[in-house]
Amino acid sequence: MSTKEFKNPIVRWIDYRLPVFSFMEHELNEYPTPKNLNYWWNFGSLAGIVLVMLITTGIVLAMHYTPHVDYAFDSVERIMRDVNYGWLIRYVHMNGGSAFFIVVYIHIFRGLYYGSYKSPREILWMLGVAVLLCMMATAFLGYVLPWGQMSLWGATVITNLFSAIPLIGDWIVTLLWGGFAVDNPTLNRFFSLHYLMPFVLVGVVVVHIVALHQHGSSNPIGIDTKGPQDSIPFHPYYTIKDLFGLGVFLILFFGFVFFAPNFFGEPDNYIEANSLVTPPHIVPEWYFLPFYAILRAFTADAFIYWPVAWLMTPKLAGVLAMFAGTLVLFVVPWLDTSPVRSARYRPLYKQFFWLFVIDCLVLGWVGANPPEGAFVLIGQLSTAYYFIHFLVILPLLGKFETPRPVPTSISEPVLGGGAAGAGAATKPMEGA
Amino acid sequence: MRKLIIAIVSAATLAVFTGSTMVAAAAIKPPSQDWSFSGMFGTFDRGALQRGYQVYAGVCAGCHSVRLLAYRNLLDIGFTEEQVKKIAAEFEVSDGPNDEGEMFDRPARPSDRFVKPFPNEQAARAGNNGAMPPDLSLIVKARKGGANYLHALLTGYKDPPDGVKVPDGMAYNIYFPGNQIAMPAPLSEDAVEYADKTKATIDQMSRDVTTFLAWAAEPELEERKRLGIKVLLFLIVLTGMLYAVKRRIWAKIGH
Repeated sequence: MSTKEFKNPIVRWIDYRLPVFSFMEHELNEYPTPKNLNYWWNFGSLAGIVLVMLITTGIVLAMHYTPHVDYAFDSVERIMRDVNYGWLIRYVHMNGGSAFFIVVYIHIFRGLYYGSYKSPREILWMLGVAVLLCMMATAFLGYVLPWGQMSLWGATVITNLFSAIPLIGDWIVTLLWGGFAVDNPTLNRFFSLHYLMPFVLVGVVVVHIVALHQHGSSNPIGIDTKGPQDSIPFHPYYTIKDLFGLGVFLILFFGFVFFAPNFFGEPDNYIEANSLVTPPHIVPEWYFLPFYAILRAFTADAFIYWPVAWLMTPKLAGVLAMFAGTLVLFVVPWLDTSPVRSARYRPLYKQFFWLFVIDCLVLGWVGANPPEGAFVLIGQLSTAYYFIHFLVILPLLGKFETPRPVPTSISEPVLGGGAAGAGAATKPMEGA
Repeated sequence: MRKLIIAIVSAATLAVFTGSTMVAAAAIKPPSQDWSFSGMFGTFDRGALQRGYQVYAGVCAGCHSVRLLAYRNLLDIGFTEEQVKKIAAEFEVSDGPNDEGEMFDRPARPSDRFVKPFPNEQAARAGNNGAMPPDLSLIVKARKGGANYLHALLTGYKDPPDGVKVPDGMAYNIYFPGNQIAMPAPLSEDAVEYADKTKATIDQMSRDVTTFLAWAAEPELEERKRLGIKVLLFLIVLTGMLYAVKRRIWAKIGH
């Protein structure tokens, strides 16, 4: 680590005792970053900014919110009507949740496409999956707080899933509820946990960044930086690039906040929770739809249920599959056996990657629709394919795919081609 | 145990399934209307809002509450302070206890919430054939299709087609999920006499009261859109400048 002499004596005095300035100098100013990162690399820092935005608005909302079944719905409406700019704070928070998932899903797919999870970044990747799990828990808990119809019935359906666990399932459900139905104790503990989880999330994010800074970012070519000619300091190059990306994001984000604030929401959640009236169509928030489709794909007569039919109920199979859908990401670094990181040099993987993206979109579409007619079979097939992609295709591709020649260094294609991008990157390979 | 699990799963499945069939029965999509408050620059037509309040007060308020509105909110749609005081004073609210520990009734003040037509749900159901007239504060936000749906519903009462039997106390509406609605056709020609002398046709009253309820659901709409335009303009300029700076800084790298 470089020990830089700071000009300002106060900075020098502080830094000698607490090296915050050295730390910032090292992790921001000098932090060497590959020079060829494309805009898909913007989404990590963007996710961090969205998280800060969510925590800030959330803390203000908590000042005005009342976690009680008799007052929760009205207290949210009071925020919307009587608190100064309460509508803005709440809409930013509400749409911020959706934005967080959009940004993080893109971040994850970027990792999958460019093989960012491969050695030596396996732990970095796994920490990212842990962040996703924290996000899902936080989002689910938060959706219950406005105490609308979808809040109550979404919570009822999801918490009921735990009853599928043999022996202790019912006990767990009672523990989650704090009683025998989703009621006031449930709302209270969900509020408490919804406030707690984001800070757990921040903790995991910090460790995620520590792991990132150990070996630095991967890059679109997927080969390691081989010296100073391959990298540039994070500041000012990526600070300004991230800021520009943030600007574009904010234009889109505030477009929704100000002009279509309820685009991602369900109208039913503007009806106060009523345990006597079941909404006609219970759906989770959009970011859970693919997992919801996986859950519902396991019915008694589904072909994907047959292999485990002797062992468990379809409900338990569905619940396990739903969780496995996220947990499988933890082992992706070992399921993918190819030594080549970037899909740019993996002609087959590139195609399977896009098939997988389509599969996830199809799952989301199935999750949004009632499980009847063609949706049943489409849901089962796309669920099967989701796991086949990870458990069969990824391991086999590494063995059977012939990767295209990989450039020898980052500078070579970048400088040799004249412009960054795939076109430039392919050029030196012909000689390689 | 197994039975219980099957019951829960099938209940959830059934809920989803019946829901979809109910929606399927509605079949007709409410046609899109041209609302004063739609679009990026939309604002509520003040005349429609005040006429809409008249329709609400004269027709809907007999059964439907708008508990999230206070009389003072009517100032925002162009009623004067005097008018609001007069409107509020027509209603009685229970207050107290006073110094003797007694509860007492007094005329409502502008700071009071809209007085509900029924003291509780049981009374509302007893007065409406067992059906519960929903609170209308958020109705435009709480229905798919929003204002378009509401206007379609209010004007969608038809005679049932041949072979369809509508039970006693129910009405036939082509836009209501399942087509059978407990609310009888609420609007009839000249049901209210508009203060501004607009002809009170069913279509006119329906549009006016829908505008009023859209405002009741989103009283922040005008401020939101006004601020939104400024924020977006600012962000577009800022992002453009950030892009210029980015180009400048990255020029040194020359890719």
